[in-house]
Amino acid sequence: MAEVVKFGRPKGFFETFERRPGSIKKNMSYCPGCGHGVLHKLIAEAMADFGIQDKTTFISPVGCSVFAYYYFDCFGLQVPHGRSAAAATGLTRANPDSIVIGYQGDGDLAAIGFNAFMQAANRGENYCVFFVNNAIYGMTGGQMAPTSLLGQKTATSPYGRNALTEGYPLKISEMVSQLESPVYVERVALTTPANIMKARKAVRKAIQINMEKKGFAFVEVLSGCPVNLKMKPADMDKFIDENMTKYFPLGVYKDVTAEREPVVRPVPTFEKADVEKALYRELPGGDQEHESCDSEIFNRELRIKIGGFGGQGVLSLGLIMAAMGKYRNLNVSWLPSYGPEMRGGTANCAVIVNKGPIGSPIVDSNCDLLVVLNRPSLDKYLPELGENGVLMYDSSTIKEVPAVKPGQKAIALNTGDIAEEFGNLKCANAVMLGAIGAMLTKHYLTPADAAKFQETAEAAIAECFAGKDKIVKMNIEACKLGFDKMQAAL
Amino acid sequence: MSQTVKKTFRCHPEPDECKGCGRCVSACPKKLLKLGSALNIMGVPYAEYSGEGCVGCGACFYTCPEPGAITIYEITPEA
Ligand SMILES: Cc1ncc(C[n+]2csc(CCOP(=O)(O)OP(=O)(O)O)c2C)c(N)n1
Ligand code: SF4
Ligand code: SF4
Ligand code: SF4
Ligand SMILES: [Mg+2]
Repeated sequence: MAEVVKFGRPKGFFETFERRPGSIKKNMSYCPGCGHGVLHKLIAEAMADFGIQDKTTFISPVGCSVFAYYYFDCFGLQVPHGRSAAAATGLTRANPDSIVIGYQGDGDLAAIGFNAFMQAANRGENYCVFFVNNAIYGMTGGQMAPTSLLGQKTATSPYGRNALTEGYPLKISEMVSQLESPVYVERVALTTPANIMKARKAVRKAIQINMEKKGFAFVEVLSGCPVNLKMKPADMDKFIDENMTKYFPLGVYKDVTAEREPVVRPVPTFEKADVEKALYRELPGGDQEHESCDSEIFNRELRIKIGGFGGQGVLSLGLIMAAMGKYRNLNVSWLPSYGPEMRGGTANCAVIVNKGPIGSPIVDSNCDLLVVLNRPSLDKYLPELGENGVLMYDSSTIKEVPAVKPGQKAIALNTGDIAEEFGNLKCANAVMLGAIGAMLTKHYLTPADAAKFQETAEAAIAECFAGKDKIVKMNIEACKLGFDKMQAAL
Repeated sequence: MSQTVKKTFRCHPEPDECKGCGRCVSACPKKLLKLGSALNIMGVPYAEYSGEGCVGCGACFYTCPEPGAITIYEITPEA
């Protein structure tokens, strides 16, 4: 007599579940009679039959199937609640040849992850989704799910789901099938052997669509959670077949597989050289004609922060300085930060200037140059000033001389008063720009770089106020004025 | 004289991998499975096969949520 296995443990599972804590390594962690196990077997069997395990990623959701990656012998990702679609999108876009299987519960897909899911379906992402509709939040102990039936008693609908207060159960298959992109949408149930065989067919079809790269395939699986629905496994199937399928009819909702061509999308590149080129490309307007500056201070990252009230021109001062760096062929970043109000609130911006690439645009420590135009900004940002940092402040509003540490410099100019005298308080920032120029000239710039300051400032001002000739002219003058006053004071 | 060799099948529920849910008991069209009274390592009464009559339909295998609790063997008598 010869005996061969006709049906046995699917090869798409690990032989033993070593990642599972405890001594039970052959079983999954689901409750007796849980639908997750039945569906897992169908997926594992299909993966092995199709020989795709080495290029398949199974995305475990949050829910009872959170540890599905303990079981499937393929690549695994475990994503935050509802984020399956986002992860799947990244995976298929970056690795178009890989097979991607999304697996989500009704809480995960139809509640917290609903938008992400619908958008991915609508984009026709190249992956397949198995949606376990068990009409309940299983993992957390039986709260109402978007797919809980009307009248269904759950931990959070103890009197039964009421359409007036909780709305109607979401018909996900019906919704998805209305979208243009999805290729295949079917609802199946893990109940009678006949229904399970239909589910098996659907699982295989969805995976095959993904293997052929034909786009988004979706299978909704009515599945039992006998524990939280407080039913014996046999009654569970009856509930699904008699109650759930009335509201969630089984069947194919959409199938355009035959008409669809494989979806081919541009593949992002991860080559180091390409990424660097994309990130640190020569900026438009940044011109190579200007030779770069030789002053030593630009040999390392120069970190600048400017703070004041919104409306004082804090952000545009930063923008002008960033533009100046650009015109001297340096890499620059400008990061504004301000409250919801346009004026009157606090505002600050961070500017980084560097010959080499810039990593993060944030300046919250080791600041080389701190420019403050009011008292609260001084109090707030002085602790961020680095060891040999320079503080420049408007002494028309900040009367006390700030206490800087040894090694740091505090340089004052009454920029507000000067601007007012000049005829426009709004030019205080340009006065400050000139003052910065004078300070740099005196302490940090080579004569060649210092000689270029005014010309560069003018180009940057002209760019920042493009089309407003009067304002450009006024700011250039204010900048010159600030330069002269500061030079005289230093 | 040629004789068609009749295939037979055997269902083997693995006691220590069964969680005793009873799904296979309802699924078997031949009513060949039942939950016994002995307990396995998980402390539950497990599925038992009557010993003969299995037609190899696979219903018990596919309805069982456990990966390897049920195996169906196909038996070919040696010629
Ligand atoms: C961001 C976040 N919110 C809430 C939770 C709590 N939580 C865990 S599982 C779950 C619902 C699971 O239900 P479902 O997706 O239907 O999966 P099932 O367990 O029923 O298979 C919730 C709300 C969480 N883990 N993370
Ligand atoms: S709580 Fe429900 S869904 Fe979760 S493992 Fe148990 S039966 Fe399955
Ligand atoms: S394979 Fe079919 S006949 Fe055999 S024990 Fe299982 S369900 Fe019954
Ligand atoms: S279906 Fe599986 S776990 Fe449930 S009683 Fe049968 S053999 Fe045991
Ligand atoms: Mg659920």
